[in-house]
Amino acid sequence: MSAILPIVMPKWGLAMEEGRILEWHAAEGAEIARGQDLVDIETTKITNTLQATDGGTVRRLVGSVDEVYPCGALIAVLAEPDVPDADINAFVDSFVVVVPETEDDTGPEFKTLEAGGLRFRYVEEGEGQETVLFLHGFGGDLLNWMFVQPDLAASARTIALDLPGHGASSKDLGDIKDMEGLARAVAAFLTAAGIEKAHVVGHSMGGGVALALAKAEPARVASLTLLAPAGLGALVNTQFLADFIAAKRRRQMTPVAEALFADPSVVSTEMVEEIIRFKRLDGVEEVLKTLAAALADAGRAEAPAGIPVRVLWGSEDKIVPPPADLPAPFAFTRIEGVGHMPHMEAVAAVTEAIAAQIRS
Amino acid sequence: MTKKSYRQAVNEAIAQEMRRDPTVLIMGEDIAGGQGGTAGVEDAFGGVLGVTKGLYGEFGPERVIDTPITESAIMGMATGAANTGLRPVAELMFVDFFGVCFDAIYNQAAKVRYMFGGKAKTPMVVRTMIGAGLNAAAQHSQTLHPVFTHVPGLKVVMPSGPYDAKGLLIAAIRDDDPVMFLEHKALYDMEEDVPDDPYTIPFGEANFVLEGDDATVVALSRMVQTAKSAASGLAKDGIEIELIDPRTTSPFDEESILESVERTGRLVIVDESPPRCSMASDIAALVATKGFKHLKAPVEIVTAPHTPVPFAPSLEQAYIPSEEKVDAAVRRVMS
Repeated sequence: MSAILPIVMPKWGLAMEEGRILEWHAAEGAEIARGQDLVDIETTKITNTLQATDGGTVRRLVGSVDEVYPCGALIAVLAEPDVPDADINAFVDSFVVVVPETEDDTGPEFKTLEAGGLRFRYVEEGEGQETVLFLHGFGGDLLNWMFVQPDLAASARTIALDLPGHGASSKDLGDIKDMEGLARAVAAFLTAAGIEKAHVVGHSMGGGVALALAKAEPARVASLTLLAPAGLGALVNTQFLADFIAAKRRRQMTPVAEALFADPSVVSTEMVEEIIRFKRLDGVEEVLKTLAAALADAGRAEAPAGIPVRVLWGSEDKIVPPPADLPAPFAFTRIEGVGHMPHMEAVAAVTEAIAAQIRS
Repeated sequence: MTKKSYRQAVNEAIAQEMRRDPTVLIMGEDIAGGQGGTAGVEDAFGGVLGVTKGLYGEFGPERVIDTPITESAIMGMATGAANTGLRPVAELMFVDFFGVCFDAIYNQAAKVRYMFGGKAKTPMVVRTMIGAGLNAAAQHSQTLHPVFTHVPGLKVVMPSGPYDAKGLLIAAIRDDDPVMFLEHKALYDMEEDVPDDPYTIPFGEANFVLEGDDATVVALSRMVQTAKSAASGLAKDGIEIELIDPRTTSPFDEESILESVERTGRLVIVDESPPRCSMASDIAALVATKGFKHLKAPVEIVTAPHTPVPFAPSLEQAYIPSEEKVDAAVRRVMS
């Protein structure tokens, strides 16, 4: 009705404290739709586009280009045209930035648990009837979900974990050799965490793990949302995997990281340095070689009976190139202009797809 | 991943390697007891600056050996232990004391592999404190890295921060050759994110701390942090430096420096040591011989003066290459 909607500097991931505004994509007075690109924001880790969570008219752009604002700071105001300017002014003037304490933050925090002889690190955010489980891809970690998880945590219990061999989870895979093995480990995690059933979201190799989990333990999987998944017959770019494993220095890793995105300029030095530092950890090289071999031979899974499956794929994906289409019952959406990372490049489309799975 | 100090990073590297490999042991003056001769295990301070805290309690007196004040015996013991199957991490409390034990290091440990035709090896690490800034006066404040770098058969490592310290020390302990591991005493309190898991950083691989196209700045150990501070002032005036931290002076990553100078054409070297036979002069010569055609200006070196380290605080501060001197050198090379 006459609601005023604040747009604040988002908090993408636990480490983000502030962001710089690079470019506004809507001017004051413009009418924007939900999901529309609003503003490009640069953080030390990544540059990304914030999309509007609701439609409305842009009444005020509070944040200036090239300025840095802390997470939670007001950067724009949306409202209907009939809301008086005086009300908008009053809103802007009285807006209080909620700056979380660094130590006693009520926000999400990293947790660990032991399951099946392995240590898992995970982030749990939000509460609700439904549980959403996020599974990252080859060489990734739970932070890959930092744009998507907070949105869904508003209405569901969300858990993003580091798969074995990745992030801060155990680096010794034991007898895990492939996505089926990872799926068994994830099932052990769910049991230890007391989660009976979850909407499983999987990216790339994580998508293959999700499919394997749905096949092995269908009662645990309420729905599948797969982003550029391995395991549906699409050929994985094995040269990419080999280059990822071989790169020892930032100069070698930068083009590899850039290949993940349709727009390579979103890749920051810090992002590449984090990948290099991950690869230096004891045991990681072994893990990556083992899983790369499994991905080269990922197979084609059947649609799991009785479980709704949505598949989203970027048209410019160079790592697992999308098929032209997928047969029913796979609900296939091709996202134009997006690379291998839809959960970073097309956040609104991904959160909407997952939300739809939860609703139905 | 948590924020840890340089001191904690070193401690963690030693502890994790000692847990993983029962042949690793440490020895040195006060490494169990620390300051003032504390009595029980719980009290054990762990080194004069607390770097080896907790190790005596976990590993006991057979693997954490408090030695008498006799560096020649410590290094002789370490060399012999290394030659006969152990992996000792010996502490030379201050690098300035190397004079009384250098034979064991440069004429025995460094030569064994070569002179035995590869039939014997010396997998030992000598951890030692270097550098000025704590007002410890002339005999406790030198860096002396050029002396060790000069010796074939010795590896020389100079971590500039906590993340590098842990990875390089684990690599040093796993290395089968004698390694001089030079810890800058003014960096012990520096904190940064350090992974909880063990990891290694390879030797002979420089780190590009900052990337830029205007001038190449090569710095070692604490000077990397000094140059980094100077970089932000320079960036405000539109000068983007490429800051290279070689991490190890032996083996030395020549290629990264030459490749960078090829792009920028300008070189500044920051080295906390007197200029004669320093790393600054070594790197300047390297670029003058192999990268001469790319230079657009003479090489600038920022070093300590050719004097002992002063005790008077004001003079000690004048001795140490400062942010202002680095800034001035970069502007000179750009003009």
